[in-house]
Amino acid sequence: MFVMSDSSMSKRLRILVAKPGLDGHDRGAKVVAASLRDRGFEVIYTGLHRTPIQIVDAAEQEDVDVIGLSILSGSHMELLPRVRRLLVERGLDHVLLVAGGIIPVADAVVLETDGYAKIFGPGTATGAIADYLEAQFAS
Amino acid sequence: MTLPPRAEPTVAELLEGFAERRVGALARAISWVEDGEEFAGELLDSLYEQTGNAWRTGLTGPPGAGKSTLSDVLVRYWAEKGSQAALIAVDPSSPFTGGALLGDRVRMDQALADAGVYVRSMANRGSLGGMSLATGAAADLCDAFGFPEIILETVGVGQAEVDIMAAVDVAVVVLTPQSGDGIQAMKAGLMEVGDLFVVNKADCAGADRLKHEIESILDLRQTPGPMPEVVTCSAKLGDGIQDVAIAIERRRKVMTESGFLETRRNTRALARIRRLLEGGLRAEIWSHAQMEGKAKAALADGARPDAIAAQLLNEVLKKVNVCDE
Ligand SMILES: Nc1nc2c(ncn2[C@@H]2O[C@H](COP(=O)(O)OP(=O)(O)O)[C@@H](O)[C@H]2O)c(=O)[nH]1
Ligand SMILES: [Mg+2]
Repeated sequence: MFVMSDSSMSKRLRILVAKPGLDGHDRGAKVVAASLRDRGFEVIYTGLHRTPIQIVDAAEQEDVDVIGLSILSGSHMELLPRVRRLLVERGLDHVLLVAGGIIPVADAVVLETDGYAKIFGPGTATGAIADYLEAQFAS
Repeated sequence: MTLPPRAEPTVAELLEGFAERRVGALARAISWVEDGEEFAGELLDSLYEQTGNAWRTGLTGPPGAGKSTLSDVLVRYWAEKGSQAALIAVDPSSPFTGGALLGDRVRMDQALADAGVYVRSMANRGSLGGMSLATGAAADLCDAFGFPEIILETVGVGQAEVDIMAAVDVAVVVLTPQSGDGIQAMKAGLMEVGDLFVVNKADCAGADRLKHEIESILDLRQTPGPMPEVVTCSAKLGDGIQDVAIAIERRRKVMTESGFLETRRNTRALARIRRLLEGGLRAEIWSHAQMEGKAKAALADGARPDAIAAQLLNEVLKKVNVCDE
């Protein structure tokens, strides 16, 4: 048996927070990342300007449970489905996908029927994302 | 929407993934050791014969010293020489919520763009001994997976980080000319654990002065093994990276030739055994031998805590002796 010397070495939810695309504002993503940390998640923050391939690579290497994408650039209908497609191709479709940012409701509906568990629109309360994720993983 | 349950692979499936060099298998295996998963030991046993081929380099130092930036350039330097690297970056968990914000990938742009580099962020989960076990096992897994270079990056602030550095082949302490890092490093015990000192941010004033300061502290050092070098570089500008890489090479050579490397690897294995043994006992004792109940009863009788502990320890040791006979 592999015994850790401390019971605190137990499973924690890991979430990758990434910003795909070209917009240069990551304040929102950082606020979300910090709030998830404060709710007990292990948050892997990747920074700005990530390509879908970099995001999926990172998710695979980090063995995350969740990917949270923040996108303000308007290219969500191009980039978000691509992330989803790559995830499926890699056999990583167990990863829960969520996104937030400036995404119109009509687009959100499309994304939510195509692999995204939830799209958080503008004005989402910071705690709402953690609430949602906790509910998803409550056993 | 409800989440599809994440199917846990079997040991055999993970081993197959290792044989096929599937990154996902390595990633899940590291989660297993990190989470103390039931079959992690079996997996590590099966992979044991494939370990021992990688060089383990530790990078430690205060936050912001440029460890991740340096990792990034080192990883690329090695990649150009045909040696792929795995990087394990450890950051503290919040003591209050257990959560963690792991941002080391932000600086790993370049390395990540090069196919074949593996990066893993680990939170220390508030654990002292456990962390060096988990990172050691994670490094074993990267080793077995076939990475010839493994970097362990930690924030050099406490005993846990010193323990992690004690478990690598070459421990590199990264300091900067700013903010009295030299003194801070001494306090944290890093002067003893370092095999190589890098003064980063040499593009800023004071790098040479810090170099001399470190050298004069090292003159007083009493730890065994060859005397560490001190090199300066600017990881951000890419200046002096070659010097750092060459100094690491030189250190490996000196350590190998003097037999010090073997001694260190043995010490590392012994420390690991001891830690696992102690950890296993610690985990078992309290829960399985009704210790808590006995301790509570003794406390209620007005006994002194230390005396209760001594008494209970005696009981445990007696049981161990009975098993021996
Ligand atoms: N001026 C200067 N800044 C650097 C150098 N290396 C890293 N930095 C900067 O120092 C900051 C912290 O770097 P990082 O690698 O994240 O440090 P870590 O916390 O030790 O991993 C970043 O803003 C880097 O760009 C350097 O050689 N010179
Ligand atoms: Mg770092």
